Amino acid sequence: MSETVTTQTASNRLPAIDFKTLGPAIALLLLCIIGFSLNPAFVSEGNLTNLLTRSAFIGIIAVGATFVITAGGIDLSVGSMAAVIAGVMIIIMNNAVGSFGTGIATVLIGCGCSIILGIGAGWINGFLTTKGKIEAFIVTLGTMGIYRSLVTYFADGGTLSLDFGIRTTYRPVYYDSFFGLPIPVWVFIVVAIAGWILLNRTAFGRYCTAIGSNEAVAKYSAIKVDRIKTWTYVIQGLCVALATIIYVPRLGSASSSTGVLWELEAIAAVIIGGTVLKGGYGRIGGTILGALILTTIGNILNFTDMISNYLNGTMQGLIIIVAVWLQRGEWGRRRNSKS
Amino acid sequence: MNLKKTLLAMTLGSVLGFAGAAVAQEKIRIGVSYPTPTHAWAAGMNWHAEKAEERLEALYPDIDLILVNSPNPGAQASALEDLVSVNKIDALVVLPFESEPLTDPVINVKKSGALITVVDRGLSQPGIEDIYVAGNNPEMGRVSAVYMKGRLKSGDNIVILRGIPTLIDNERFDAFMSELEGSGINVLDHKHANWNRDDGFEVMQDFLSRFPDIDAVWAQDDDIAIGVVAALKQAGREANGMFVVGGAGMKETIKSIMDGDELVPVDVLYPPSMIATAMDVTVAAFKSNGPVAGRYILGATLITPENAESFYFPDSPF
Repeated sequence: MSETVTTQTASNRLPAIDFKTLGPAIALLLLCIIGFSLNPAFVSEGNLTNLLTRSAFIGIIAVGATFVITAGGIDLSVGSMAAVIAGVMIIIMNNAVGSFGTGIATVLIGCGCSIILGIGAGWINGFLTTKGKIEAFIVTLGTMGIYRSLVTYFADGGTLSLDFGIRTTYRPVYYDSFFGLPIPVWVFIVVAIAGWILLNRTAFGRYCTAIGSNEAVAKYSAIKVDRIKTWTYVIQGLCVALATIIYVPRLGSASSSTGVLWELEAIAAVIIGGTVLKGGYGRIGGTILGALILTTIGNILNFTDMISNYLNGTMQGLIIIVAVWLQRGEWGRRRNSKS
Repeated sequence: MNLKKTLLAMTLGSVLGFAGAAVAQEKIRIGVSYPTPTHAWAAGMNWHAEKAEERLEALYPDIDLILVNSPNPGAQASALEDLVSVNKIDALVVLPFESEPLTDPVINVKKSGALITVVDRGLSQPGIEDIYVAGNNPEMGRVSAVYMKGRLKSGDNIVILRGIPTLIDNERFDAFMSELEGSGINVLDHKHANWNRDDGFEVMQDFLSRFPDIDAVWAQDDDIAIGVVAALKQAGREANGMFVVGGAGMKETIKSIMDGDELVPVDVLYPPSMIATAMDVTVAAFKSNGPVAGRYILGATLITPENAESFYFPDSPF
């Protein structure tokens, strides 16, 4: 199915608007217009920076998820992984205060550990999926439960809090700006560009797409399928680690409620963006728009009291479905064939 | 399956009964059953239960408290069966995971003749428990509103961050709103922040972008309040008499109240230590010469710098 859709897009690229690519952008634009008409403060500089910064967590994780999903896998453990990495990071930094003080050294140790943990956790998911020959859904469902309960255990059921001294040193990583944009947004931009190059301009990206389209054919084409698939999970883990590094300085705490449902938000962002859930076709640009759409929905719902609070989930669900329908629906194609 | 379990329990029980008959016949056994902590408040509750066990067993050598925590309603129902059949309890203190699925298991415990104390979450049928100990959700909302009215004047604006959409949240919110009625204080909007720091932060950020003039925030919960404070500081709007009222009694919040924090000057108590109160009252049912059965609704005390010390437990996880 994915192949036919791809050829369809290719043949229609010139004559009319390409709804497959533009779908998420149109949805985001519509949302912004709705937001602005509800309250002009929606486009205030403060709110736009808040929106972008908030999208950074899900966005960075979703860039990693794009690779996993393009290669035909799925990772349900990212939310729990973020929580456990945040927890361990906080414990390590609190313990390092004694020997390294509350300076940058301690923060760097924390960040280093975060990256090692992220890569390690991603590798475990990848190894169990490829060498263990267990379905990715089951492996990551398992690790999701393991990581979630580990953070509860580390926090003794409560909340892990970062030492106050380090918090002062680390705080700017979330709250400070650089050339008018908050640092998390810069991290998001860099991750997005790196992800785009990796997926669209390297052999690795082509291998991911090939494996997602047809794993058997990819294997016969001398692609090291297991290695590439493991790498996608490692990239996912690295992205989770980066997201955690900018998440921890925000509130300086981690608990069992940290990162709940992030996995579903990340997967939703990827799919809204046009990547095919069963693999074989991935779009980093779409993923980023998807993450922005998800955050904007929440933001708009907070900007109005027209919709009952109890219906927030309904609105989110509707908008997600409409955003995907905009790019998958027949109406775009029919219009193209007429012209 | 259930029959098998009961048979096994009976056999086990009789074996244990023979062995223990001589030694432990005169000990009063009280089972205490509550959920395994999944959030900070419940972790505090577990901690207070363990402290109360130490204290009461040291005080009364003939009292044996058996603490069991369960990760889900099903496990808690099985734990209750075991407490009756294996431990032969004389009394049960139970904080039900959920009201509906645990009503029948508690009735079964009552049939064994045990005294029943229910904590915090009521059962779905009245008249089962002999003793009921609970916090007071409507009172929590009312006390918060009374404090707001004392600090604000007519025409001032507040925003409200609510918890997870549940009955508890509605009780707090409705009581707050009815107490506030007629004061002239405007509630600009109220949104659910799910008793969660991250949601508190994001909802408050949006309130700050949306409303240029906010004088105070009712966050209802200490976790939400932490997110609210971070958002206020980020926007640089924590000055000019702005204040945040949370709730529950988290140790960090109480500590900062003791230190004279102006942004979060008070807290409204919904104590995780209510499990300890329930254990005390249940023991009193065996030890006191006065009547004990009845309903104990704890006050939603306003914690201020003056009384904060007596609610501060630095070793508790909450």
